[in-house]
Amino acid sequence: MKTFRMGGVHPADKKISQNAQIEKLPIPKTVYISMIQHLGAPAVPCVAVGDKVKVGQLIGTPTGFVSAPIHSSVSGTVKAIEMINDLSGRQVNTVVIDTEGDEWMEGIDRSETIEREIKLDAKQIVERVKECGVVGLGGATFPTSVKLSPPPTAKPTCVIINAAECEPYLTSDYRVMMEMPEQVIIGGTILMKALGVNKCYIGVEENKPKAIAKLKEFCGKYSGVEVVTLKKKYPQGGEKQLIDAVIGKRVPSMGLPVDTGAVVQNVGTAFAVYEAVQKNKPLFEGVMTVTGDCSNQQRNFVHRVGTPLSFIMEFCGGVPAQAAKIISGGPMMGKAIVNIDAPTLKGTSSILYLTEAQTKRKEESNCIRCGKCADACPMGLEPYLLNKLGRASMMDELEAHYVYDCIECGCCSFTCPAYIPLLDTIRQSKAAVMKIMKSRTAPAPAK
Amino acid sequence: MDKLIVSPSPHIHGKESTRRLMGDVIIALLPAVLVAIYLFGLSAIHLVGVSVISCVAVEYLIQKFLLKGKSTIGDLSAVVTGVLLALNLPVSSPWWLILIGAVVAIGIAKMTFGGLGQNFFNPALVARVVLLVSFPVLMTGTAFQAPVDGYIFGNAEISRAAMDATSGATPLSFVKEQIAQGMTVSEITKSSGLSYFQLLFSAIGGSAGELAELALLLGFIYLLIRKVIKPYISLTIIFTVFLFSGILYLVNPERFMDPLFHIFSGGLLLGAFFMATDYVTSPMNLKGQIIFAVGIGVITMLIREFGSYPEGVSFAILIMNATVPLLNKIKPARFAKEAQKK
Repeated sequence: MKTFRMGGVHPADKKISQNAQIEKLPIPKTVYISMIQHLGAPAVPCVAVGDKVKVGQLIGTPTGFVSAPIHSSVSGTVKAIEMINDLSGRQVNTVVIDTEGDEWMEGIDRSETIEREIKLDAKQIVERVKECGVVGLGGATFPTSVKLSPPPTAKPTCVIINAAECEPYLTSDYRVMMEMPEQVIIGGTILMKALGVNKCYIGVEENKPKAIAKLKEFCGKYSGVEVVTLKKKYPQGGEKQLIDAVIGKRVPSMGLPVDTGAVVQNVGTAFAVYEAVQKNKPLFEGVMTVTGDCSNQQRNFVHRVGTPLSFIMEFCGGVPAQAAKIISGGPMMGKAIVNIDAPTLKGTSSILYLTEAQTKRKEESNCIRCGKCADACPMGLEPYLLNKLGRASMMDELEAHYVYDCIECGCCSFTCPAYIPLLDTIRQSKAAVMKIMKSRTAPAPAK
Repeated sequence: MDKLIVSPSPHIHGKESTRRLMGDVIIALLPAVLVAIYLFGLSAIHLVGVSVISCVAVEYLIQKFLLKGKSTIGDLSAVVTGVLLALNLPVSSPWWLILIGAVVAIGIAKMTFGGLGQNFFNPALVARVVLLVSFPVLMTGTAFQAPVDGYIFGNAEISRAAMDATSGATPLSFVKEQIAQGMTVSEITKSSGLSYFQLLFSAIGGSAGELAELALLLGFIYLLIRKVIKPYISLTIIFTVFLFSGILYLVNPERFMDPLFHIFSGGLLLGAFFMATDYVTSPMNLKGQIIFAVGIGVITMLIREFGSYPEGVSFAILIMNATVPLLNKIKPARFAKEAQKK
């Protein structure tokens, strides 16, 4: 069975919410739609306070190439445009809308019928994906249209749908595959058409046999689509690791994934692309999981972007008494929630409750030089060394040991028997070193 | 829920901890300890007990009164050093010799450098070598005879046979002496009745941990199953010794003992399984580990066949320990290649 060539860890699976069907979450009275829901430049609001908006109406325009438009997820009146705290506590420009009814923009196909025929050509697809504000839903929220417009030097050869969902607990991608398998595959064929390639791999980990069977049932009807079963290993869903696992090619250091010929898109993204291109529906909804060992509710929802997290928590019976940390995303790479009133974003994949016993950091002790961090590193780095160099702020040495290759997967911290928070140091060191490297290539200031 | 914990990812941790790893090493050493107790009874219990207690006590006292830090004995590494030290000493060792060993191992070789993880040399081996050089009479020759008084529930026949067969000498020193006196290998094996059965099943004199090679193997397999260590260092050492002694044996079978004798006698397996694989004092990456292990094998054989000591595993490991910082400069294979300049 295929997998990536080095490193990786095996956290317990914990897919306890996998059998919960996707439910429609009620629409809250007020939604808070952030202007930063993607990697790149923030969007700028194009509505004013008091404006009436419909579901799917453009309310934020992109600024720059790497950016994405934002659409309203509800119908109602714009109540305010203000800075509010996001889930990490950062101030973000946000359009606040009071909900009235549920009136959708005309032209959005709300029917359940599956549209199989792709009418748009490659250029129109990219344009539609861009207009509909589709971004990568695997975690990084990189604008999809940018990925579909590779630099002229790059030669894409295949699409890889990232269905690894290697993070413990998360089941939103799994549910999408179980309930909308054909739509995901059509999304894959749309991506193939947009890039002008004729191969689309769907990489799924072996722990999802039902999803694999579901996808295989349909992919025979679509030429070029192939399901690839992958060994269960974290971080299989890392873009570089997935490309290596599926086509055996390595993304060069500081290079683009497309340098290998592969363009990777998440399952959720493929579904969003399907909805954008075939149903003319902008990205204003997302599938997310509410789960945790201490939670008595294990559910999967379609949420309207901008729904306050606390609204969802209340809807699921409130925050469990034992929850000590709430995470948006998976337990390996997700973010700890600082502000539970923060709204959902396009890329929100979960609300995960962890107990103190599960998540409290133990006091670190001396490095015993076991080398387990280096064995676990999927990039072939030496985390123990980077940690030491990082704590001493030895920037040249950090660069010489490729700190910039780090993908921040957390395997090193996860595996360290001395409980050293390796990634904390390495993440900061990486940011500092990348800044220095950038300043080196920047043009010298005019004299 | 009053307050939420907020910290950067990852938010969960594997089950591994230093204490758990050290606990596994202790479990892996138990078979060898039990064999020593079976053969030598109270004196073996005395040896292991004094050694472990002194090692833990030395670490606790140094941490408390000299370094003035939080106690570190909870990580169990001092217990591991204590058991390893005991397995490296003759069962007849007096209590004060063991205590000196503990002070050297923990006090000098480990805590001086900053405690667990900071030392360059394997603490138990430093102690063994210091004692060997300082108290040669207590560490060699007749020292390997167990005091028959201290012997309680062991198998009398086997251990007597062991003592008689070797007259207090280890097989390595016995063979070395005989060869130095001009005897040939076939004459030696004929007159002494040495057999692999004896080597494997503990019936031969040596340090407490050099007696039962099968018990050591059992511990080694446990460590592999528990993924505490990887097999590369141990197997490379054994293979190197096999190759080196095999070549010598092929050149002159009457002057050199055969490879199996070298693998199953002395401290080779104890060293290969438990001393050379010490995390702290072995290289971090595979390439370094292979060089490290080949070095140990070669130096061991050089000392055994051409040096003045009958046994060289301890020296070989300590010498190669010194090369570890250099070997760690070898970078592991990297996932990403450098992008081609456009």
